[in-house]
Amino acid sequence: MLKHLRPAFSLVILMTLITGVAYPFAMTGVAKVAAPAKADGSLIARDGQIVGSALIGQNFTSDRYFWPRPSATSPNPYDPTGSGGSNLGPTSAKLKDRVAGDVDKLKKTGIATPIPADAVTASGSGLDPDITPQNALMQVGRVAQARGLDVGKVDDLVNSHVEKRLFGFIGEPHVNVLSLNMALDALKS
Amino acid sequence: MTLIGWVQIGFLLALVLAAIKPLGLYMAQVFSGKKTFLTPVLKPLEIGIYRLSGIDRDREQGWLGYTLAMLAFSVAGFVVLYAIMRLQAYLPVNPQGFANVPSDLAFNTASSFVTNTNWQNYSGEAVMSNFTQMAGLAVQNFLSAATGMALAIAVTRAFVRSKAETVGNFWVDTTRATLYVLLPLSIIVAIAFIFLGLPQTMDGSVTATTLEGAKQVITLGPVASQEAIKQLGTNGGGFYNANAAHPFENPNAIANYLNIFAMLSISAAMVYMFGQMTGNRKQGWVLISAIAVLLVAGIGITYWAETAGNPILTSLGLDPSMGNMEGKEVRFGQAMSTLYTAVTTGLSDGGVNSMIGSYTGLGGLVPMFLIHLGEVLPGGVGSGLYGLVVFAVLSVFVAGLMVGRTPEFLGKKIESREMKFAMLAVLILPLVILGFSAVSAMLPAAVAAIGTPGPHGLSEILYAYTSAAGNNGSAMAGLSGNTVWYNTTLGISMLIGRFGYVVPVMAIAGSLAAKQKIPSSKGTFPTDTPLFAGLLIGIILILGGLQFFPSLALGPIVEHFAMMAGQTF
Repeated sequence: MLKHLRPAFSLVILMTLITGVAYPFAMTGVAKVAAPAKADGSLIARDGQIVGSALIGQNFTSDRYFWPRPSATSPNPYDPTGSGGSNLGPTSAKLKDRVAGDVDKLKKTGIATPIPADAVTASGSGLDPDITPQNALMQVGRVAQARGLDVGKVDDLVNSHVEKRLFGFIGEPHVNVLSLNMALDALKS
Repeated sequence: MTLIGWVQIGFLLALVLAAIKPLGLYMAQVFSGKKTFLTPVLKPLEIGIYRLSGIDRDREQGWLGYTLAMLAFSVAGFVVLYAIMRLQAYLPVNPQGFANVPSDLAFNTASSFVTNTNWQNYSGEAVMSNFTQMAGLAVQNFLSAATGMALAIAVTRAFVRSKAETVGNFWVDTTRATLYVLLPLSIIVAIAFIFLGLPQTMDGSVTATTLEGAKQVITLGPVASQEAIKQLGTNGGGFYNANAAHPFENPNAIANYLNIFAMLSISAAMVYMFGQMTGNRKQGWVLISAIAVLLVAGIGITYWAETAGNPILTSLGLDPSMGNMEGKEVRFGQAMSTLYTAVTTGLSDGGVNSMIGSYTGLGGLVPMFLIHLGEVLPGGVGSGLYGLVVFAVLSVFVAGLMVGRTPEFLGKKIESREMKFAMLAVLILPLVILGFSAVSAMLPAAVAAIGTPGPHGLSEILYAYTSAAGNNGSAMAGLSGNTVWYNTTLGISMLIGRFGYVVPVMAIAGSLAAKQKIPSSKGTFPTDTPLFAGLLIGIILILGGLQFFPSLALGPIVEHFAMMAGQTF
């Protein structure tokens, strides 16, 4: 065993230099040249200020915006410094109470059941940037009223923001909430 | 379940199937020491490493020397990783200024990454510096995977050689696995990931002001490079706490495809390589088809259970057509989430793109059951192959008993010494999993860590030790595992699960290598037939499954019936 220690430690250290330093720095170099915006987190700026990332969901509570899915990150929803899901099991009383509360909240805004499941379930990351098209369309009435906009116009906006399956079969149709809400703000001005 | 969901699943499996042969042939060349198209570039680097480390590349080792070298290498990896975590506050590339990692968590994490488990009792974005992530954790992503590959090569050689005293040189096999297989593939996959939107920067974080005026700290880092080796090495340890559910690790459907493809292809190709190197390609395909049958069944059951959804939530007014969406991402939906889950546990990857802790009773049973089967579908890189060989050895033995012939596998007689070691290896998993689970279920401090009480709580504990001993790393994460009890016992489970399994397997390899390779005769039970594939499936299910069935009945199966009856806890 002792005679193996020299090659063992030596190999770990050399491989650390190759796979732990050279490899990630080389990839960072490639990224800086080939896709700098993506490598820096797909950030979105408006009027010179960073408002978020195209890939990371953010919390919306105002009636004037489309709402994202519930988020289980703590202490605040949609906090990227602590990503994760609720991890509550299917028979959890906490889960049932939480969903029942969210369903009531939606019903108060005039929404009829059945409700699209994604609107009241927390995602695995707590940062899901998307909602289903059904969920977005369900919210059109509330948003249009809060902004004094024509329902048909908001409907069209949602439909134009639906990202379809790639090649017709890969992935699921979804709507990016941040980009939809930014388009809403742009509509006004 | 939808047709389009099955098309997504089928298309991905077809892509992997297409990659098996070229990748398998390439690896057979690499590990036979033959020239490949990368040799001109990598040979000088390889020779330089041997020279600096004092490795004589022409000197081969017997099974014991090979195993001791592997243990020494793992000890060295553990020590270096533990030191990096304990000292990260004093080391460079720590933009967020994270403190040193506490000792019990560092022990757990070092055990976890050295054994290729990658169980994470920490939240990466809140505890580990960028330096620790890339020079500590990601290095072990390479090295623990390369170690597994080396062991699988040694086991393969036991069937190739006749009356041999040696099984290869551990240092050479590990170095080649890293330089010729893992590193080039990681570079390709990392670059693809960068174009798909994964961050790759040395910066720590950016603060955004959201549309509603709140501050949002967006954590960045060298994610793409880490995600590539995380999958290729079937490690599964995410840069972020949410693992591949996090949009920065897995931003879209194509990235999700690449994630699954990367984790599945090397392990599957190694089975082909086994057939190629032992001179019986048909044997490779027979093993692959047995794996495929079990894996597709696992995918199908999880997909069905999750699409069926949770009647408790449906009764509150949810549209059941989307299935159980708690813990899942909209961009993946049920098909791509459940495919990922079944593959990550059929392998020993353990990364997740949806939270298994929120799966339905039966949907959560499948991933746990797939780990119980020994992670041979097709298992971790290397560890899957040698696990499969153990099951094949057991299968020919059972077949031999039934027809009264001396069991043989690929020209090697299987005798009592091999059988004893094979049984020893197979029994270690239930001993560790059921032993620690039973103690934890009775220990008040351990029970207090449960997230969802009732049958799900037992599932959480059982899943934790299953994942640790099986070196998987996925979790029903409702369990708050970052306590001294869980950090320590899970760490021990991972070490026993890896090394307690590997040592008997290497003893089998040594004893088989020393035997004469005998040509097959009329009396030989052929192992490259569908009949053998069927027998192998039976042995895997009976040995892997029955040992754990009583505990599964008390956890996920009770939970399923409680859920159907609308009972909550």
